[in-house]
Amino acid sequence: MTTHTEHQTQPGREPLDVQDPRLSQFDIVREGARRDDIEIVHYEPQVVPGSKAERRLTRTVALFFLLTGLAATAFLVVYIWWPWQWEAGRGGDKWFTPLLGVTLGISLLAVGFGILTWGKKLLPKEVSIQDRHEGAVSEDDRTITGQTMLYMADELGVKRRPLLGISLLAGLAPVGAVAAAPLVGGLIEQPHKNNQMFTTGFAPAEGGGKIRLVREDGRPVRPADVSAGGQITVFPGIDHGVSNLHADSPALLIHLRESDAQDARQANERIGHGDYMWGNYAAYSKICTHAGCPASLYEQQTNRLLCPCHQSQFLITDNAKPIFGPASRRLPQLPIEVDAEGYFVATSDYTETVGPDFWERP
Amino acid sequence: MKRRKIDMAAVPGNAARGVDDRFQVATPLRRLLNKVFPDHWSFLLGEIALFSFVILLLTGVFLTFFYEPAMTEVVYNGSYAPLRGTPMSAAYASSLDISFDVRGGLIMRQMHHWSALLFMAAIVVHMLRVFFTGAFRKPRETNWIIGSLLFWVGFLAGFTGYSLPDDGLSGTGLRIASAIILSIPVIGSWVSAAIFGGEFPGTIIISRFFIAHVLLIPGLLVALISVHLGLVFKQKHTQWPGPGRTNENVVGERMFPRYALKQGGFFMVVFGVVALMSGLFQINPIWLFGPYEAWVVSAASQPDWYVMFLDGSTRLMPAWEINIPIGDGYVIPPLFWPTVVLPGILVALSTLYPFLEARHLKDRKSHNLLQRPRDVPARTAVGAMAVSFYVILTLSGANDVIADKFQISLNAMTWAGRVGLLVVPPLAYYVTYRICLGLQQHDREVLAHGVETGIIRRLPDGRFVEVHQPLSASNGHADGHGELEYVGWVVPKKMNRLGALGPAIRGFFYPIEKPAEAPVSPGHPPVEPRPEREEITSGESRR
Repeated sequence: MTTHTEHQTQPGREPLDVQDPRLSQFDIVREGARRDDIEIVHYEPQVVPGSKAERRLTRTVALFFLLTGLAATAFLVVYIWWPWQWEAGRGGDKWFTPLLGVTLGISLLAVGFGILTWGKKLLPKEVSIQDRHEGAVSEDDRTITGQTMLYMADELGVKRRPLLGISLLAGLAPVGAVAAAPLVGGLIEQPHKNNQMFTTGFAPAEGGGKIRLVREDGRPVRPADVSAGGQITVFPGIDHGVSNLHADSPALLIHLRESDAQDARQANERIGHGDYMWGNYAAYSKICTHAGCPASLYEQQTNRLLCPCHQSQFLITDNAKPIFGPASRRLPQLPIEVDAEGYFVATSDYTETVGPDFWERP
Repeated sequence: MKRRKIDMAAVPGNAARGVDDRFQVATPLRRLLNKVFPDHWSFLLGEIALFSFVILLLTGVFLTFFYEPAMTEVVYNGSYAPLRGTPMSAAYASSLDISFDVRGGLIMRQMHHWSALLFMAAIVVHMLRVFFTGAFRKPRETNWIIGSLLFWVGFLAGFTGYSLPDDGLSGTGLRIASAIILSIPVIGSWVSAAIFGGEFPGTIIISRFFIAHVLLIPGLLVALISVHLGLVFKQKHTQWPGPGRTNENVVGERMFPRYALKQGGFFMVVFGVVALMSGLFQINPIWLFGPYEAWVVSAASQPDWYVMFLDGSTRLMPAWEINIPIGDGYVIPPLFWPTVVLPGILVALSTLYPFLEARHLKDRKSHNLLQRPRDVPARTAVGAMAVSFYVILTLSGANDVIADKFQISLNAMTWAGRVGLLVVPPLAYYVTYRICLGLQQHDREVLAHGVETGIIRRLPDGRFVEVHQPLSASNGHADGHGELEYVGWVVPKKMNRLGALGPAIRGFFYPIEKPAEAPVSPGHPPVEPRPEREEITSGESRR
């Protein structure tokens, strides 16, 4: 059955009597569409009922659905019986997630393709035209709604009694503030509490005791622990010094080679940091002054320290000055010396602000 | 007791009548069943985003059953041996448990991550479709704004979710986010302290991100998506120009059953592809990154793809620090410009674009017909400019990996990005504009002279000419050329597009010699020409 009709709705078309028993189901459907200003202009079955093509397509769809069931069952089997607990090496658990993915994927794809084949190949194709009815709102309706709203405003009479409006606003404004107050008041924190943005774990203890440099496992560091050209990450030797509680403290302790150390010392002296190094050892904050990542890739040949996040590069032999990339400020240097027991200590805290820049950094 | 007989056949009818008596749904339901949707493959891109969002909700709920949003320090004692005994946050430990100690937890995590990536990708591609075809024009500006907001809210959803496992990589991302907040002039340190509950990283940020990620942001997304879809429904979908299609009608299929079936099938296909990817392709293997420690990072630390353009802009930014010598002195760090100002400009430009264009063209009309990109060279060229800008930023976000893999100097990559960011977009504008004009010209040429047949004929005087197949019957022109108007839709440029040639060989595995039984599908025109008839078909099948 191929249906063609005039695609223009005739203007004065009589609505069909849908209770008429002579009408076919499709006649009623088309009449329903017409009442919604839709004209079905082309309606064509894609397959002849009972034809070989129909049987073949039906089989295809059915196969897809059966495949869905099969794959879903396989998923359940894998989920229940496959070894899934992690074990070292190449255990069966390595295949658990891939197998789940493949079985679930196949079952979902099969049901999808089944539905798509059903819809695209077996159902009749049609072209319908619906009116958009834009600008269908008449000017009269707009006038009525507009006047109604104006009339409502008039009834409220705020224009005639301005005090009502003013007092309402004056009353509601604090109510709005009440809603915001607990949120703002609860969240807000003084960012400079304990001067926390300018101090680190290396700040000397209460009695003026100098803080030791320790490794990640908490052991203090001797000069002999770092060979020439080498570097290690050091932390303040205090409670929780090696933790995110002191996220801005970590420093890179670098043992410079003789010639590089001379350059570094001269550069130190130029900016009045003459006593910051100890021997050929220098310590610089590991927290990048750009965005706070650890600037941790040290290139021995060029004495550059590279931050892997945004590729800022700092020249260690020139006070860790930024020489490439988006960082604009040198890495703060930690003044160090060796105490009586032969361990590194920080003579004072960093003398510059550690970490990413902010508005009120002096 | 006498058993009353129930007439089974009358049950549905009676039930329906009963429902309608109470709720009066027959008329609105008829309208819904009858609603006409135009069909084109490019209208399905937004659906991919919607379906990914549904997958995100489903898998996300599963993950919340096992995830613990706390930064309390615990010592890992799960089944992943390499990390056993490591102190870490409860959030990271529970994320490891989801991956190793919850049966099927890993695939759920990976489905959640993959569908998040797909969600953002589908939003971007859908947005490009809407932009390049002019679907954002009046009356659909509101939906364009909602759509671009959806990108940014999705961005936040992605970032907060990505931070939740509290692994080494996501912690570094969080650190950068805190630096970005700090860089805001005047209020930076206050905002940062308010969000992190003190100095970075504090002990509360994961709990706050959790509630934002599972309640506030999804709530916002659901609200925005509902309005977005509601408006598409109310304003009716745009359509391509074509036979019988005007600005005042919608030519397509009624929503039920065929259109709805196709949508349902498509959802299952999207779901299936996500499932396959999540099983076969590893994503975010947090157990390899270790817990977040402020002093550990590795090279090639890249965020999820939709954040990479910000990473790229940060890398390309020169180290321009602005010092304000008042009192102790104040600073605007270079980080502020590429990470706060640039996104701000992008949000403003993208949301305002429909109004800027309408103002520029003095266009106040409503448009329901789409435009082919080539027919609006200026807009297409602007779009190409924006895309090239975005692509350069995204590539720069991975410039260390590119430098490493292709043995290029890292600094050269950065400089290439800086120069490219200024030079390539204008170039893209110019080239795109010219290509659009060229395509327009070729369309007109084919309409005037016909399709190239590839047949060379030698004329009696020795010249060679190519035979053209005119698209219309000659209207009395001596040379056989007819007059055809360009109507804003595809012009056939190959003989088989005209139905003059069937597909060369039929059959998938082996050639089928005999002709097909009946019209098989719109993509395969029958070998014999159909009988002439007046018929209106969708523009697509005419291609």
